[in-house]
Amino acid sequence: MEWKIEIKNRKGVFDPLGNGVKKDISDLGISGVKKVNVSQVFIISGDITESDIKRIAGELLVDSITEEYLLWAEGLAGQRAKGRVVEIAYNPGVMDPVEESARKAIKDMGIYGVKSLRTEKKYFIEGKITENDFRNICEKLLYNKVIQHVVKEHSAKRIERSNGYKFKLVTVNLLGADDKRLTKISKDGQLFLNLKEMTQIKNHFKKLGRNPTDCELETIAQTWSEHCGHKTFRGVIEYEEDGKRKIIDNLLKNTIMKVTSELKKPWCVSVFKDNAGVIRFDEDDNICFKVETHNHPSALEPYGGAGTGIGGVIRDILGVGLGAKPIMNTDVFCFGLPDTPHKNVPKGMLHPKRIMKGVVSGVRDYGNRMGIPTANGAVLFDERYIGNPLVYCGTVGIMPKDKSFKAAKCGDLIVAVGGRTGRDGIHGATFSSGELTHESETVSGGAVQIGNPITEKKLTDTLLKGRDKNLYTAVTDCGAGGFSSAVGEMGEDLGAEVDLEKAPLKYQGLSYTEIWISEAQERMVLSVPRENLKELMDIFKKEDVEAVVIGCFTSNKRLKLRYNGNVVCDMDMEFLHGGIPRFERKAVWSKPSHRECDAKDKKDFTQDLLKILSSWNVCSKEWVIRQYDHEVQGQSVLKPLVGIENDGPGDASIIRPKFNSKKGIIISNGINPRFGFIDPYWMAASSIDEALRQVIAVGGSLNRTALLDNFCWGNTDKPDRLGSLVRASFGCYDIAKTYGVPFISGKDSLNNEYSVHGESIAIPCTLLISAISVMDDVTKAITMDLKEKGNLLYIIGETKDEMGGSHYNLINNCVGNNAPTVDAKKGLKIFNRISEATRLGLLRACHDLSEGGIACALAEMAFSGGFGIEAELKEAPYEAKSSKAKRDSIILFSESNTRFIAEVKKQDKNKFENLMKGISIGLIGQVSGKKDLKIYGLSGKKIVDTSLDKLKEAWQKPLRW
Amino acid sequence: MAEAAALVTIHLMKKPKVIVLRTAGTNCDNETHAAFKMAGADSELVHINELARDEKFLKNFQILAIPGGFTYGDDIASGKILANEIKYKLNADLKNFINSGKLVIGICNGFQALVKAGILPGINSGTIESTLSFNDSGSFIDKWTLLRVPSEVEGRVNKCVWAKNLPETIYLPIAHGEGKFIPRDNDVLNQLRKNRQIVFKYVDNPNGSIDDIAGICDTTGRVLGMMPHPERHVLGTQHPRWTREGLKERGDGFMIFKNGVDYIKEKL
Repeated sequence: MEWKIEIKNRKGVFDPLGNGVKKDISDLGISGVKKVNVSQVFIISGDITESDIKRIAGELLVDSITEEYLLWAEGLAGQRAKGRVVEIAYNPGVMDPVEESARKAIKDMGIYGVKSLRTEKKYFIEGKITENDFRNICEKLLYNKVIQHVVKEHSAKRIERSNGYKFKLVTVNLLGADDKRLTKISKDGQLFLNLKEMTQIKNHFKKLGRNPTDCELETIAQTWSEHCGHKTFRGVIEYEEDGKRKIIDNLLKNTIMKVTSELKKPWCVSVFKDNAGVIRFDEDDNICFKVETHNHPSALEPYGGAGTGIGGVIRDILGVGLGAKPIMNTDVFCFGLPDTPHKNVPKGMLHPKRIMKGVVSGVRDYGNRMGIPTANGAVLFDERYIGNPLVYCGTVGIMPKDKSFKAAKCGDLIVAVGGRTGRDGIHGATFSSGELTHESETVSGGAVQIGNPITEKKLTDTLLKGRDKNLYTAVTDCGAGGFSSAVGEMGEDLGAEVDLEKAPLKYQGLSYTEIWISEAQERMVLSVPRENLKELMDIFKKEDVEAVVIGCFTSNKRLKLRYNGNVVCDMDMEFLHGGIPRFERKAVWSKPSHRECDAKDKKDFTQDLLKILSSWNVCSKEWVIRQYDHEVQGQSVLKPLVGIENDGPGDASIIRPKFNSKKGIIISNGINPRFGFIDPYWMAASSIDEALRQVIAVGGSLNRTALLDNFCWGNTDKPDRLGSLVRASFGCYDIAKTYGVPFISGKDSLNNEYSVHGESIAIPCTLLISAISVMDDVTKAITMDLKEKGNLLYIIGETKDEMGGSHYNLINNCVGNNAPTVDAKKGLKIFNRISEATRLGLLRACHDLSEGGIACALAEMAFSGGFGIEAELKEAPYEAKSSKAKRDSIILFSESNTRFIAEVKKQDKNKFENLMKGISIGLIGQVSGKKDLKIYGLSGKKIVDTSLDKLKEAWQKPLRW
Repeated sequence: MAEAAALVTIHLMKKPKVIVLRTAGTNCDNETHAAFKMAGADSELVHINELARDEKFLKNFQILAIPGGFTYGDDIASGKILANEIKYKLNADLKNFINSGKLVIGICNGFQALVKAGILPGINSGTIESTLSFNDSGSFIDKWTLLRVPSEVEGRVNKCVWAKNLPETIYLPIAHGEGKFIPRDNDVLNQLRKNRQIVFKYVDNPNGSIDDIAGICDTTGRVLGMMPHPERHVLGTQHPRWTREGLKERGDGFMIFKNGVDYIKEKL
């Protein structure tokens, strides 16, 4: 018997969810909708009586205060509703997170006959809209065909989720394939292996005298994919710049990793080896940090893509060493412009605003449910992200020192724990190595998944209990590539045997290869000594976490897979991990030339300042931040929003992971794609400088700071794209080395291109630098909001004629050619002195200068603190190449690096100035008791004059959604 | 007998025993546990399965805390599946616990569960008299809120033992998507007022709660449910403006835990 229960709001009860949809509809430019209501539909089948179903509906599913229910079997749902109605269901095979928990609750009630439970959403839209409008609303807002579909009326029978699977060994005829055929096999199978790689595989199997099975070929494709292997960074690159050529053998080793190996910091515990970089925290614990990208899935299904992105990086942290406890998340997004007209959105792509809303709610729902504070991040906008948004998700973890390394042992059992395996995410790893086209949503739909954070939360709770009892020897997350990557990685030096039919499945019908490469979420693999198995299984069982032995590690360095006793894969680990041919590419970089800004100097810059504060990149991100629980776990010391009304833009977040210790962790990020338009070298330098500036601004110091790099680039098969990657890597090496901060982990995503009308468009080269810093005493932390009237305001660091890529140029529709540079030797001195000043308690507020330069920073400090400012530009330390370049506009808005504004008490003037001797500082003004910002130009005349209310309103308005 | 003996031991040790109840999706358990320890209690994290499977017993504790989180994903509705589980698996034990004079606190998701299990407001025991529904904004919100503790100003002190001697206003964060308090009808609301069960009211209502209600207690005053998170303001550094207003040793939420712990020390 199948029952359908519709839960709807009682008459007169306000429906906030419906109201939200109504707002989104008007954002689409469709007017005339009067009201939207959303109902939840449950479809329950099994051996259930009418009185039972009424109990389920009445006691469990409905909220008797605000809702009522209709039972399909009673014919009530058939009533005609006013307006239009659409019912949305998940596609077969897409996980419905409500199913498991609702079934549990029904069992708790003592009702045991439920065989299946699904949910649907039903929307009622009242008002005058056309058929076309209605279709637009459905397609652009209410469902995403990648994971959902519209339920047709009377379509009671749905596509069955599963068909039985009958074993049949599949081999792929590589031996008989010519080059053309090899290329076709790779393309049709979505293997994303190039001809050179396919030939290598063919030759390997030729030696063995047999063809590979489909499973073997897939395993190789997963292991060799760009996503898992970083073959570009580790390949051989012939680089050309200004007519000079050089060969770079392994870019990663020669730049990023070289910083770390040369600096030899004793507190770096594990770098570039494990799932995340690990550094020392205190005498007992280490901390680790990892940032991942989840771009392509988020482009197709923003909610699921972003959710599984954060879920994935959390598992990375759970899989570092013997497992770390996740204590903080950070998220950085890049989107197309939210006000892009709908007609300008390329075919097959979602509108940027929809992507943004989906991504934010995906991160929100996953991060909040996991109970991990999302306390740092950034949101950037550029029109070239329209077809390929970037979603960076990062997690910080903490673990006991003696749990920081792992080593699976021969004879250990392979235990799969957590979620079940389904068809979700098949080809996710290889898919992210390709380019997005408007066909992507149909071809690669399987790559998109919906996560279940509660499964991961249960997994986290129990895994860490097992860790603390030393019950396993190694752990790895099932990320890209699923079991194939996890088991392959753990058994690389040993060998492994797996019986695939033992893996618990979400539904029947999966082939052995699908089980092996599925990227279903919330799964981890453990290596468990036999004698510990029972005790470990008991821990999982106690908290209803599923764990199953699927195989064991051996010592023969072979990967052997069976399905019901049939061998489906028997491969040499050495070929799998070492057989990939070296990647050889050409790279070229030449400095582009952009139009210079021809904006004339003027008498008043107030409007320019307001415009920059209102620009998408600069404006307040409070709408995003407040949706994240940024204080769960109770460890926050500096929250993302600070100031008198808790709404100013803090520079970095600080947490203290132990209630009884003052030791803390600072997290910040630097990202400047606009400088990359001009020169990726200085973009990288600026991003590092920015991330470090923020650490310093809140009271940190360089000597316990480490960096993460995340490169998101276009297709690096193209020499110009690869050239800019090389140049950015050089920038990373030079600047990080001089500052003395090591890189501890990184990741790259190198195929961020999409095609429109056959033309391939690359995203702007985007490097995210994340910084993590250990702070000895968090009670020394400072914030950027002005604190009291009469205090002095200093600018620290030199302003230069560096308007290239600035936001002033952006609002004047040009890029310019002189991107901000970094003088790290000088910078090092500045950073260290400011750290000393905060340690001595000399600063009441400090803000780093970045987007919008001095003008924006002064405005932000003023409206965040609720105090006015009077400032004189002629006191700002300024280095001009020519007298022509000494202009108000440049001093106000240049985005030169390594600069701060600090608030100092009058009585500390001498102490502060003495401490800063030898560094360019300027006393530019004072905190005033009036609620306005007044800036006087070089001539002494007022060039900015406006109230704090106006400034704040300009800054808050754009994202007040 | 055993229980009386246990009480004597407690009296000697002066360390009330707190059970912080966990289940799938609980996520404020550690900080709640830490807050009770700071307040001088002996706190233990216990999974609900341990109670249901008779491995641990509710009667061995004096204070039950149901912390915040997203139990079972808040699927169906926030706190609903946990409420259902309490109703079907722990009902008698919990009633005995409350009737024996012990204390209960439900924070955020714990409050949602107590309300949806019919334990709060408990005017007519076991019936659903109110709910916590979607915020008017339709979205999750993390924000610090000023709470008024209805007090002498209104001519009547609320009867909650957890709120004794609190200042007129306290400052705590909320972090929820479904925190709008809705009583069944005006009768229920009037009863809450008359019985002095309204413990906390928002000064600046963030979610549309009827009558600005942020927290209520049952008719005994010993069971408290509240949406704001007192465990997130026990240390001075947790205050969002400590860098401007000065660093205090303890946050406003600490007193609530202290009240509970002291009550048990005195009464039981």
